[in-house]
Amino acid sequence: MEFKFTIEGGNFSKAGSASSEVKKILKQLNVNPKIIKRTVVSLYEAEVNVVAHAFEGNMNVDIDTDKIVVKIEDKGPGIPDIDQAMQEGYSTATPQVREMGFGAGMGLPNIKRNSDQMNITSKVDVGTEVEIINYLG
Amino acid sequence: MIVRDIVEKLGLKVCSGENGLNREIEGGYTSDLLSDVMGNADENHVWVTLQTHKNIMAIASLKELAAIVLVKGYEPEADAAEQSNEEGIPILSSEEEAFELTGKLYEIINQAK
Repeated sequence: MEFKFTIEGGNFSKAGSASSEVKKILKQLNVNPKIIKRTVVSLYEAEVNVVAHAFEGNMNVDIDTDKIVVKIEDKGPGIPDIDQAMQEGYSTATPQVREMGFGAGMGLPNIKRNSDQMNITSKVDVGTEVEIINYLG
Repeated sequence: MIVRDIVEKLGLKVCSGENGLNREIEGGYTSDLLSDVMGNADENHVWVTLQTHKNIMAIASLKELAAIVLVKGYEPEADAAEQSNEEGIPILSSEEEAFELTGKLYEIINQAK
């Protein structure tokens, strides 16, 4: 089963709505609650990253019998140094975004902890793609 | 222990989400960093924070928190209150600071266990 959701860059009032839709679908499919929880944390963080850093993006969800594969791709500034971005506490968020309680440099590490596989590819001034895979078994 | 119990015991103001006062509380988490709450709070927790914008409800809903308690008399922004009413996850408010409030919540939640 495949689903696609759009994510608006800069629109914090909608941040989390794509993740919320995916959560509803996973619940309807009776996916193990522990796997739903992990997936929801990783998707929310990836969604907020698009809202906080990019112009626009998509969340593409592919649910198979044995795994959930989610690709979050955006058009945006890209990440020059992915290893640095993966470090806990490293953030390039603006002061306004930090004031809201985002931008603590915990997003990507949260995704890594809450996914079985995480792949990031990025091109500076083009965009970023984050792939999150969680196995259902 | 349900949300109504902490409202009564600590004299909290119910700002929104009154239809969720019977939600079960099993613990709590105190933090103003949203990713910290996302990564570490758990289902049926009360969340103590000073953040008042709509994104606190996105987190409460995704994590299935029992309630949010705002400190220092803060009130939720209008769109946060609206989502709290829709989802039945209460936003409460205390005049106390996070340190005092968390201490009291910790005590009464653990006494009930």
